[in-house]
Amino acid sequence: MEEYDWMWLCCIPGFAERDRKRLLKLYGSPENIRRAAKSSMEESGLTQAKIRRIKEHQKNFDAAGEYHKFEKQGIKFISSIHREYPEALRQIWDYPSGLFYIGRIPEKTEMCIALVGARMCSGYGRQTADKLASCLAERGVSVVSGMAFGIDAAAQSACVRAGGKSYGILGCGVDVCYPRENYELYEKLKEHGGIISEYPPGTQPLPYHFPMRNRIISGLSKTVVVVEARKKSGTLITADMALEQGRDVYAVPGRMDDPLSEGCNRLIRQGAGILNDFEDFLEESGCPPKDVQIRQKSKLVLATPENLVYSCLDSQSKSLQQIAGECKLPVQQTMQALCSLQIRGMIEENAKNYYAKTR
Amino acid sequence: MFSTVTSAAIFGVESRVVHVEADVGEGLPSFHMVGFLTAQVKEAQERVKTALKNAGILMSPKKITVNLSPADVRKSGTGFDLPIAVAVAAAYGRIARESLNGLMIAGELSLNGEVLGIPGVLPMAAKAGEFGCGCFIVPKANLEEAALIEGVKIIGVETLSEAILYLNGEKEILPARHIRTALENVSNPEEDFSQISGQETARRAIEVAVSGGHNILLAGPPGAGKSMLARRISSILPPLTQQESLEISQIYSAAGLLSPGHSFVQARPFRAPHHTATPKAMAGGGSTPKPGEISLAHHGVLFLDELPEFSRETLETLRQPLEERQVCIARNGCTYRFPADFMLVAAMNPCPCGYFPDLRRCDCTASMVQRYLNRISSPLLERIDITVEASAVEYRDIGTGVVAESSQEIRKRVICAREIQQERYGKGTARCNGSLTQREIGDFCHLGREESDLMREAFEKMELSARTYYRILKVARTIADLEGSQSIRTEHLQEALCYRSINKKFWRNR
Repeated sequence: MEEYDWMWLCCIPGFAERDRKRLLKLYGSPENIRRAAKSSMEESGLTQAKIRRIKEHQKNFDAAGEYHKFEKQGIKFISSIHREYPEALRQIWDYPSGLFYIGRIPEKTEMCIALVGARMCSGYGRQTADKLASCLAERGVSVVSGMAFGIDAAAQSACVRAGGKSYGILGCGVDVCYPRENYELYEKLKEHGGIISEYPPGTQPLPYHFPMRNRIISGLSKTVVVVEARKKSGTLITADMALEQGRDVYAVPGRMDDPLSEGCNRLIRQGAGILNDFEDFLEESGCPPKDVQIRQKSKLVLATPENLVYSCLDSQSKSLQQIAGECKLPVQQTMQALCSLQIRGMIEENAKNYYAKTR
Repeated sequence: MFSTVTSAAIFGVESRVVHVEADVGEGLPSFHMVGFLTAQVKEAQERVKTALKNAGILMSPKKITVNLSPADVRKSGTGFDLPIAVAVAAAYGRIARESLNGLMIAGELSLNGEVLGIPGVLPMAAKAGEFGCGCFIVPKANLEEAALIEGVKIIGVETLSEAILYLNGEKEILPARHIRTALENVSNPEEDFSQISGQETARRAIEVAVSGGHNILLAGPPGAGKSMLARRISSILPPLTQQESLEISQIYSAAGLLSPGHSFVQARPFRAPHHTATPKAMAGGGSTPKPGEISLAHHGVLFLDELPEFSRETLETLRQPLEERQVCIARNGCTYRFPADFMLVAAMNPCPCGYFPDLRRCDCTASMVQRYLNRISSPLLERIDITVEASAVEYRDIGTGVVAESSQEIRKRVICAREIQQERYGKGTARCNGSLTQREIGDFCHLGREESDLMREAFEKMELSARTYYRILKVARTIADLEGSQSIRTEHLQEALCYRSINKKFWRNR
């Protein structure tokens, strides 16, 4: 079967997409490459070490066996010539020859938008990602991201929570949950969307994998939104790739003195779209409309100290000491108010005694 | 001739009676010492021989055998010099043997016959009292600490010849007057809570922690004054009782940390070991175990600054003592028990650079923050009842010039709260809410309907564990006690919930 040969090709250890493309160009198909591996392969122009690796791989790798072994583990493989291979991805010049995935991969008609950003993000960034992702989910748009801490995870979990589909693109094998702490999200994505990687199962997350997987994130999506990024951020690589691939790039603006928004503001200066209003953005990027339903502003009646404390809070977290100072309340009372607000889910504690509004 | 003298040896912080037996008889002239002795004790024979000569006691060439019984425990230290010398002198007939009955002797000798101070005289004196020795001859240097024990006649000697003269009834030495530990509120005026401006949250949390004997962790950015706050905790602790002072003094005596003029511990100890401390330095150890930092902080405060910088092993040694209030160390076939009932005060930065969650200043990555936190094991965190943030001081706090509440006023409230607890848990016990067991929590921390509802909601919303739940109840009990309230009310629980420990899962931006 052809798929086995493609998987064989994708499983050659230490090969990047560039090497695969070169081989395919020379020999035409994976099957021919396998055949050529029995001869010297001098003509390929690859290094001796790589040639040796292919030959060894040819001898030792049982593609059909592995294919079924993976299948039993719930890991599926799809080659780039398969008819269900995502069309958008095939349009980029260095599209992966094959993808491993758990769950699903985006369908032909499915609209995907990438939401990416800093791992260490502010409450503001997280909430923006959260809101945008749920808006997208409500409109049936899928969210693609990297399952990293911070913005990525916030967007993906919000999307799943709102009943949408989300795809996590990994820089390691799909059976490796990285970062491990996001295990809960990883499990959810398997059900509501998918975990996708070009690396064979079992591959460990190596630093140089990540810029490569970023091209898949942007490749799968119609639009890439950068929520928060520092000046030097991996997120900006995704934005660059998106531009190269002809995708739309949007950035969420921030204050100019905020180091966490420096990357975003720079993108805007370079001509990226400004995401300053969800509705405008959704319309511009061609998201299908949803039934009009204006979210009711919460009109909870709060007791006075709670009211005071709540109004002093912000989406940027403030310390207990700071809140007490600003409200001019004794600390005990402040603590009582914060505690009851927290139980009601109106605020969250995102570090020890640091609080921020949740909505 | 044969003679025997009672002495004592220190094992950890406890002392045991040791009999020093000497026999002088015919045979080849020699000096033999037996009885499972360390090198320190074996060397005693040279000091003893020379000191006896210099004290004017001529020893005719005889076969001298000295035995320290019981012979199955390893004996170390230099305190046997004087008893050996006395036993030998008595065996030569230079001291009347009857005068050695009901007498305990300890002390080191120098070659010229001078008697030098030794560590551990206080527990020895206590042992003398228990053992029924009416009189204890000690080095003059240790006179004051020995005099803390009631009911034993304490005789301080400066030289060997003085001791011999006294024993032969040729010289009168007045016994030391019993010293009652004068326990006034010895507080260091340099360290008072009135010097700390702002920091109301941390101040309040510390007050609650001290009132209920809870362990506390202060988290905050560098320069927030965490160490400054911690150092002032001793100034609001309730004063020591006689019994407590004696217990601490015994530990310090055994560790050799008492000196003339400072013969007993008057104030609650405050120990702040550096973060390079080894497990042995922390828990006690060595080939002849000496009390470690946790025992030296008995009835006081053990302050661990920069908690995550301590080695994991060192921190793990704290777990058992925190539960059992003592530490047991097995060495050389012997188990040494050191009391270690201390209040743990720890301080830490929230991340390696210290500024998390202020992302404008913090440039740590999420995994760096996580790794930093993971240096402290969850079981240890679970033994810390109160965690509170100490935020950076702002100008409005230092600029106003308002003098904050003094330690004395805080201490008054602490003492009140402690009295309520003592009444509840039985007079005379030094028990606090912090040491309640789960069953006792059920008995003493009863919640009303409204309060149970609150806790049920909090349990789900804040993802509490069963263990954190009980710790919150304990802290709420203390807050209620501080207010003099019989029952635990909602506001007490709410405050206690704010002190709950770090949930590692949430300490990150996900």
